Amino acid sequence: MFDLVRHSILFSFFIFLSSFVNADDRKFNLGKIATKTEIAGWNIDVRPDGMGAPKGSGDAIKGEEVYAEQCAACHGDFGEGVDRWPELVGGEGSLDTHDPVKTTGSYWPYASTMYDYIYRAMPFGVAQSLTHDETYQIVAYLLYMNEIIEEDFVLSEKNIGKIKMPNQKGFLLPDPRPDIANTDGKPCMENCKVPTKIIGKARDIDVTPEEEKS
Amino acid sequence: MKKNKKNQSLKLNRRELLVGSASLGAMAAASNSVFAKEVSLKNLPPNVPEWTGELGDGVDVNPYGMPSQFEENVIRRNVEWLTASSQSSVNFTPIQDLEGIVTPNGLCFERHHGGVSIINPKDYRLMINGLVDREMIFTLDDLKRFPQTNKFYFLECAANGGMEWKGSQLNGCQYTFGMVHNVQYTGVKLSDLIQETGLKPKAKWVLAEGSDSSGMTRSIPIEKLLDDCMIAWAMNGEALRSEQGYPARLVVPGWEGNMWVKWLRRLEFGDMPYMTREETSKYTDLLPEGNARMFTWVMDAKSVVTSPSPEKPILNKGVHQLRGLAWSGRGKISRVDVSLDGGKNWKTAKLHDPVLSKSVARFTFPFEWNGEELLIQSRAIDETNYIQPTIQELQKIRGVNSIYHNNSIATWLVNSDGKVDNVRLG
Repeated sequence: MFDLVRHSILFSFFIFLSSFVNADDRKFNLGKIATKTEIAGWNIDVRPDGMGAPKGSGDAIKGEEVYAEQCAACHGDFGEGVDRWPELVGGEGSLDTHDPVKTTGSYWPYASTMYDYIYRAMPFGVAQSLTHDETYQIVAYLLYMNEIIEEDFVLSEKNIGKIKMPNQKGFLLPDPRPDIANTDGKPCMENCKVPTKIIGKARDIDVTPEEEKS
Repeated sequence: MKKNKKNQSLKLNRRELLVGSASLGAMAAASNSVFAKEVSLKNLPPNVPEWTGELGDGVDVNPYGMPSQFEENVIRRNVEWLTASSQSSVNFTPIQDLEGIVTPNGLCFERHHGGVSIINPKDYRLMINGLVDREMIFTLDDLKRFPQTNKFYFLECAANGGMEWKGSQLNGCQYTFGMVHNVQYTGVKLSDLIQETGLKPKAKWVLAEGSDSSGMTRSIPIEKLLDDCMIAWAMNGEALRSEQGYPARLVVPGWEGNMWVKWLRRLEFGDMPYMTREETSKYTDLLPEGNARMFTWVMDAKSVVTSPSPEKPILNKGVHQLRGLAWSGRGKISRVDVSLDGGKNWKTAKLHDPVLSKSVARFTFPFEWNGEELLIQSRAIDETNYIQPTIQELQKIRGVNSIYHNNSIATWLVNSDGKVDNVRLG
């Protein structure tokens, strides 16, 4: 029995070795094997099921402070957005109206995406400078502001894959295109019944940039 | 007056603009006429032109040549009020000024999410990890030693024409169709590269990740990746421009530009999509019922008349050559029709060689103009027999809030004075 285990360990070890040093099944023998440390530094993505979520935690109470310092200048104290910077909070019930407001609360289907994006790209211009705890804290604050979790809920790598977002079921797959009728390659060529009355001109909307050199 | 109007525009938010308001009054958009140089009679026959009687510059005055000074208005332009910052913004290719099918490198529109990264190619690394047999790192030199492929492809932003869903809003060919460019890429096919790393049977998706300040990420199904995707290091015969992802970017032929990750640093193979910010909160197409289409990757067939157009008024009566571009993410363009009466009657335009799969194609159509009003349209048909739709056909199914994938037929009104307007018919 002991021998069997020892043999299987040895055997695994050889398999393990051969997968790294045996270049036989590499066609061109270019590039190098990445080390675990190298991968760890760049492998920062977090998937909806929580895969990739780094060890750490935070709640909305601490998050409010971090958010105020790191995020509020652009996104507003309550996630309402400053100038043209994105709103992060609110918008529930607006998606089927003339004026949809797509925020983390009203639109984003996965909390993992909030973690992934905030850690990789925020604060704008200082990417990948937040600690993992700070990132969990900010995500917790935004989830709390969107009434998805309680203020004292501790968000962590263990539960970020389990948060249910309000609009998770709001997305349709697969792509139904081509979704128009005309796919027979034989369009109308003469006396086609089409609307030809001018109902709007871009000139009248007057938002086209003007040349400064005129 | 002009300054006030500009301020007003900047204060309006995008939704108000999309709803549209005619209250600001009419103001002509800039046309190329403001840059027209005066004619010097002393240079015309029978006189000897001034440049003949003197020597010009010698070689090396411009070690890297630039366009003629008389072409200074052929530039990328942006719409400042569209975005909060120029580092996360877009500009537009001046397609109205271009000929043939090749977009010059310096005119290819830019779309950045965290500004332009400047990368020393010696510091460039591509990491491949996840469900592969060997997790590996490649240098740029490594990539260049793989078998090479050279292909023309168009790259179009999914939001090209996105401001036109509710009505004609921007009075320019450049602003309404200019988020497209077409260049020849040189690079390595992923199907070749992946032979080095091997793939686990469970690998179904790949996450492509940029090394820019936005860490741009998109999920791509493995069938597409191994079909025709490539990692390119050159465009139109020279190294990628920094703003196009130097030293290496992903090329995803026929699919929306956002997936063509620039400054590519990593490919991770997995068994499910990663649901990144770009493929969930952005680049999903909101429908009237409040739900949204996801993973709408392919760019459907589209065409545009580049001249005449709002920037290219008709200056003379008589014969003219209508010019335009057509492209399809599903393959080759098979035909382009042109209408001068708002879509009632159509004639087939001439398609110019080469007509390549997932590349723009050039079409022309001769016509005579005698001062009458025209409603100019073009309609592309691709090799799958897909016919470019009207805006009404798209609105009927998708409403007006989906932002992305507006491939509808546009209408240019040629006024009796030869000026051209972007108009909506209804």
